[in-house]
Amino acid sequence: MTWTFLIDALVTVIGITTPILLAASGELVVEKSGVINLGIEGMMLVGAITGFAVAFEFSNPWIGIGAAALAGVATSMIFAVLVLSLGTNQVATGLALTIFGIGLSSLIGTNYTGFAALPFDPPFPDALVQHPIWRVIFGHSVFVYFAFLLVFTIGWFLSSTRAGLVLRSVGENDFSAHSIGYPVVAIRFAAIAFGGAIAGIAGANFSMVITPMWAEQMTAGRGWIALALVVFAGWRAGRLLAGAYFFGVLMTLELYAKASGYAIIPSQFWAAMPYLIAVAVLAFISSRDGKSGKEPACLGKPFLPNG
Amino acid sequence: MRLVLEKRLEQSQLMLIMTPILSVIGVMIIGVILFDALGFDGFDAVWQLFITPVIDSYKWRDVATKAAPLILIGLGLSIGNRAKIWNIGAEGQYIVGALSAAGISVLTQDLTGFWIIPLMLLGGMVGGAVYAAVPAGLKTRYGVSEVLSSLMLVYVSLQLLSYLITGPWKDPNGMNFPQTAQLTEAQLLPRELGDSGLPPGLLFALVAMIIFAVIVDRTVFGFSIRTIGEAPQAARFGGFKSNQIVWSALMISGAMAGLAGTLEVMQLTRLNLGFPSGYGFTAIIVSLLGRSNPIGVFIAGIVLAVTYVGGQVAQTVVHVPNATAGLFQALILFAILASDLIVRYKIKIKTNRLQVQS
Repeated sequence: MTWTFLIDALVTVIGITTPILLAASGELVVEKSGVINLGIEGMMLVGAITGFAVAFEFSNPWIGIGAAALAGVATSMIFAVLVLSLGTNQVATGLALTIFGIGLSSLIGTNYTGFAALPFDPPFPDALVQHPIWRVIFGHSVFVYFAFLLVFTIGWFLSSTRAGLVLRSVGENDFSAHSIGYPVVAIRFAAIAFGGAIAGIAGANFSMVITPMWAEQMTAGRGWIALALVVFAGWRAGRLLAGAYFFGVLMTLELYAKASGYAIIPSQFWAAMPYLIAVAVLAFISSRDGKSGKEPACLGKPFLPNG
Repeated sequence: MRLVLEKRLEQSQLMLIMTPILSVIGVMIIGVILFDALGFDGFDAVWQLFITPVIDSYKWRDVATKAAPLILIGLGLSIGNRAKIWNIGAEGQYIVGALSAAGISVLTQDLTGFWIIPLMLLGGMVGGAVYAAVPAGLKTRYGVSEVLSSLMLVYVSLQLLSYLITGPWKDPNGMNFPQTAQLTEAQLLPRELGDSGLPPGLLFALVAMIIFAVIVDRTVFGFSIRTIGEAPQAARFGGFKSNQIVWSALMISGAMAGLAGTLEVMQLTRLNLGFPSGYGFTAIIVSLLGRSNPIGVFIAGIVLAVTYVGGQVAQTVVHVPNATAGLFQALILFAILASDLIVRYKIKIKTNRLQVQS
């Protein structure tokens, strides 16, 4: 009985962690390029409804995921044009993107409430998927494996490739990068589009697997957790993975505390924990390395080469 | 021939006033096209959203009720905007302000006296300010971005609200509903101002607007807030301490959000799980649309309140979802941010022949 309980808990942790890991991985790349996009929540919601609706209409979850990624890119481009081409404030624009995404997804979603999502089975044989123990590894949706692959690829890309180095240089010192001939704005456009695609996929993870249906604001603030997670991880892919699972465990504890009905520590405490810890970590890393921390030096600053 | 941006020496005052108006009109036009594309009657939807609440006097009370908190919070945020300090967590300060007032109401449940209402108002403002002091302290002491810390605290406040009203402050006679006990007579403001039908919050908003106008235009503090945002270097030479500005900008916006939260509790007569309304976020749009000018913020608060009320009207008449209001609010913010470009820059057409220098 204890075994089953433990395996169940692990499966829950992995499932609940994946969308925030995905969204945070995308945002990590965006922030490494020197741009902070507070619109993750909005892009996730647009991805969630698009993924759900397209998978539903085409009876094919894969097309749904592709559409969610494209919807995420399209939404992120609103942000990119405003911030990069018109030099608007990134904080306000990102916030507007979230409000926009909430509204747009609800508008599209009115015709899709009340339907169950297309079943989307794990990509392994049933014998492994339903195996009492091996389901810890094989019993997940494709999103879980994609998230692992993604975070390792991003870690490798940022630390060991030339393109990754260029991306980081744009985030650390946009003016120098510009003066030695790198297309700062184009690189940031690409980074924002990538973040949008991944946020869209993270949203599809919600509406196709986690709660297989569409509901208004179904991501319930997880986009903000992803944002906190990037800070929490000190802008490093490896710590992002560890941090995501840490948050995932906290969120699972909240679920169990709620389900158990009685608890010495109220479930709200567990729910507030990720945010409180994120604030504490923020204070810690900011104080340790002076003002800069590990944050990309140009984060949030506009870059208008001729302005 | 190409388009060139030329930085203006001073922001264009005409554009500063015209762009918010043009933004709202532009969004209305986009709305017609968008709704037509989605298969609704676009013109009717936009009419219900933006015009019906203005011309239908039965809707004025609703508009005023929603405008009051937006104006109060927006005024507070306008101080931070001027100093380029981003308090994204006004929603959290609004909730904690409401909780502080509700806490006082729980303690004074069996008491009467003229002092209870002022105490609740003060308590709400202190609660909001204290909650905003956390990001202020973290910023001045450790250099933590107030954007992230204030935002994270919104989610903490939601859990605090949920905990308090399902636990310690739950109405003992409330049949186990997660809500606080109803406020008593001694804890409530009059329902309306005289016989006008307008809510008391509007009077608070009007008075606050005047106070803010005086502060911004006529005091050294207002001057330093303006200078530090527009010319941080000059402000430093002038001897203004940036830490003081961070503290005051956040504390003022926190207190205003707390006041708005308190008035809203009095309006609703109790706290429940449906209390968080997103006013704290929408107020950011209000402060930017109002160009951080007190009179502008007052008008912008009414405009945004119109979209809330109009959203409900459009929902029943044209059957667009209620979330449409949020969509329009976001579009207004996009438009006002984008239009900043023509406030700060002149757009000039240059021909290659004439281009001697650059």
